[in-house]
Amino acid sequence: MSDQVSAAPASTRRSLPPSVTRNLGLVIAFLAICAIGYFTAGNRFASVDNLMTILRLASIVGVVSIGQCFVVTSGGIDLSVGSMLGLATVWATTGATQYYADQTTWLLMVFAALAVGVVGGLLNGIMVAYGKIVPFMATLALMVAAKGLAEWIANRQTQIITVRGFENAFNADPLGIPTLVWIFALVAGGGWVLYNRTTFGRRTVAIGGNLEATRLAGIKTNRHIVMLYALSGLTVGIAAVMMMGRTMAGTSTHGSLYEMDAIAAVVVGGTLLKGGRGTIFGTVIGVLIFTTLTNIFTQNNLPLSVQQIAKGAIIVVAVLLQQYVAARKTA
Amino acid sequence: MVTGEHQDAPLLTATGVVKHFPGAKALDGVDLEVYPGEVHCLLGQNGAGKSTLIKVLSGAHRPDAGVIMWEGNAVAFPNPMAALRAGIATMYQELDVVDGLTVAENVFLGNEVSVAGFTQRSTVHARTTKVLERLGHANISPNTEVGELSAAGKQIVSMARALSQDARLIIMDEPSAVLDSEEVANLFRVVKDLSDSGIAVIYISHRLDEIRQIGDRLTVLKDGKTVANGLPVSDTPTAQIVTLMTGHEGTLEFPPRQDVPFGEVVLSVQDLALDGVFRDVSFDVRAGEIVGLAGLVGSGRSEILETVYGARRATSGHVLVEGKAVHRGNVSAAVDAGMGICPEERKTQGLLLEQSITHNITLSIFDRLAKVGFLDDAAELAVAHQQTDKLGIVPRDPQREARTLSGGNQQKILLGRWLAHGTKVLFLDEPTRGVDVGARAEAYQLIRELAGSGVAVVIVSSELEEVLGLADRVLVISDGRVLKEADASALSEHQILDLIVEGTSA
Repeated sequence: MSDQVSAAPASTRRSLPPSVTRNLGLVIAFLAICAIGYFTAGNRFASVDNLMTILRLASIVGVVSIGQCFVVTSGGIDLSVGSMLGLATVWATTGATQYYADQTTWLLMVFAALAVGVVGGLLNGIMVAYGKIVPFMATLALMVAAKGLAEWIANRQTQIITVRGFENAFNADPLGIPTLVWIFALVAGGGWVLYNRTTFGRRTVAIGGNLEATRLAGIKTNRHIVMLYALSGLTVGIAAVMMMGRTMAGTSTHGSLYEMDAIAAVVVGGTLLKGGRGTIFGTVIGVLIFTTLTNIFTQNNLPLSVQQIAKGAIIVVAVLLQQYVAARKTA
Repeated sequence: MVTGEHQDAPLLTATGVVKHFPGAKALDGVDLEVYPGEVHCLLGQNGAGKSTLIKVLSGAHRPDAGVIMWEGNAVAFPNPMAALRAGIATMYQELDVVDGLTVAENVFLGNEVSVAGFTQRSTVHARTTKVLERLGHANISPNTEVGELSAAGKQIVSMARALSQDARLIIMDEPSAVLDSEEVANLFRVVKDLSDSGIAVIYISHRLDEIRQIGDRLTVLKDGKTVANGLPVSDTPTAQIVTLMTGHEGTLEFPPRQDVPFGEVVLSVQDLALDGVFRDVSFDVRAGEIVGLAGLVGSGRSEILETVYGARRATSGHVLVEGKAVHRGNVSAAVDAGMGICPEERKTQGLLLEQSITHNITLSIFDRLAKVGFLDDAAELAVAHQQTDKLGIVPRDPQREARTLSGGNQQKILLGRWLAHGTKVLFLDEPTRGVDVGARAEAYQLIRELAGSGVAVVIVSSELEEVLGLADRVLVISDGRVLKEADASALSEHQILDLIVEGTSA
């Protein structure tokens, strides 16, 4: 059909691999935002201290976004991450958990948070893969239920962490970089390797590209979908631990609306909502774009409401840009 | 119809139409002349420019050079709506009907009848019913949601839309590709009715036998040029058409069978049944043998294939590969046991369209090539090169996205996937659907070679000629039962059709 039409231009635009050119625009957008920050707030913006502030701000939602990136690439979506994060902090900070953690080790609280995250993810995955419930509804159900469960357990109270070892572990700044940022860097790096270099990543992209074809090629798609949501749950658990470390408390309001921030970061970063193509690097930049923007607005004492309007505009512009690039590619 | 001379003036004349795309000339001087009330067949291999020509005629593309005369006046349609208003309607392969709307709403889509913004349901319904009656499909209710209709029903809706707009030329892009034989017969009847009432039809198809049945005249495109303009169908031998299309001599022929004895039984299907679909299906396939399942759409032939492969869970029965039972309803177990499938719907069931040839070929083995979960790009690329060379996949660039390839080359990607996997049993469901005539002979040759190398092949095709030409042994399927099993050489198309007719009436 259109063989001849598409055959020729391939060679002319082969100078840079598509992953680089796609992320290039994103990096330029990010640098432009940084430039705005520098011109409006000067050295208050461009300081090492402020850089760390931005990174710390980005780290928790960043970790959740890495998990979300995998799910979205597979053609799914995980709306439960925000309330699951809250639930994980609550579960890990109940009187009982803290009592046993005091008796043994603070790591018990970490395990509790991770376990809650993973179990929630498994639940999502089983609903999607074996229950054949559309991801939007399955994870919406867990989002609502987890919120309720967290409020019920905590009795709508904020549970202060008193386990001493826990606080010490998160107050250290190895090499002058906050622990939270280290964790984000590790998760992002690990995520990049998992996505780009492993069979797990390839299966994820294949499923997002064409679920039926992947299944007929002999890949255990249902099992992989469960693992994908479990991975998202694991990142939620890690983010919950980070949140507890930052606030020294557990409450059902932790992580509120993180699902929206994470999805926005993933999509702005260049991952297709319909699945089949994603980017971990882009997701990290997506997160940084939003947190840097927040930082600039705070530096300039602009109200939160203006900031949200700007966020909305960025999402629209980013998606328009994506579509424009996609249309040019097929033309 | 008339052959050759026409008293009437031509309805549509295209002269020297040229259309460039960045880096390629899709149309390079196309001539076409269509008269009122004729069925004009447009032929050409994939890439010959048929689709581009349709898009130019229907206003989706603007030509770079050349003249299009419509009813004696030079026209330049700025968009498809303008062409439709002038009287040219197009039915694309991907039918442009909206599943969520009713038949009536679809027929008047973009042309809603309304008073002060309120749709006039009764007027619309009455007019829709009238158009459907004219198409001989009064059985379709204007209230039905289009999503509930079959592909054939959707085509009727698409045609009804064209008629409701007073189209005088309807362009049909491979309308039979999505239909089974009964539906095709019905389509032909409708096309005949249309042409009898003076509407011209440009009919595009890969199937030469169809063109013989309904075409009045034919125009052949090759490499963006018209190589035959308005030949009368009845006086043009098939060999000449094939020669015009491919540019070299030759007809559609099946490679000769080799007299090599088959090996051991590789696949053994025993008393397989799927409730409500088929039952008592048993057959063996030996290494090097090609077994064909012949039957109409709805006979259960594709379902049998899918159940043996584990894509559907059998209610009872066993599938054995080399004597070992394969877990029921489990595709990955089937693949591990040595089965592979090239499914009927290549694009939705077979390929990762947006991904590279390499990733498509290694989809079933990247796991095996990987080292403790880490991908081995070099090994994958080597496999891809090996298969593209062996199968002659064009282009040779393994980084190209699968969607940019022609149907024949896409099918080769799937074959390459299973060759790389070392498949012992290969299921081919409609292996030449969407593959053009020139590439078919090559596909047949490949399938034969595959069997020759010791693979057990099971093939399903709605074209009986293909089943008989390729298979060594044929199972005739009707209504979920195996009616007959015989050597292909002992069966003819007529016998099979007779069997099926008797079988279903019994």
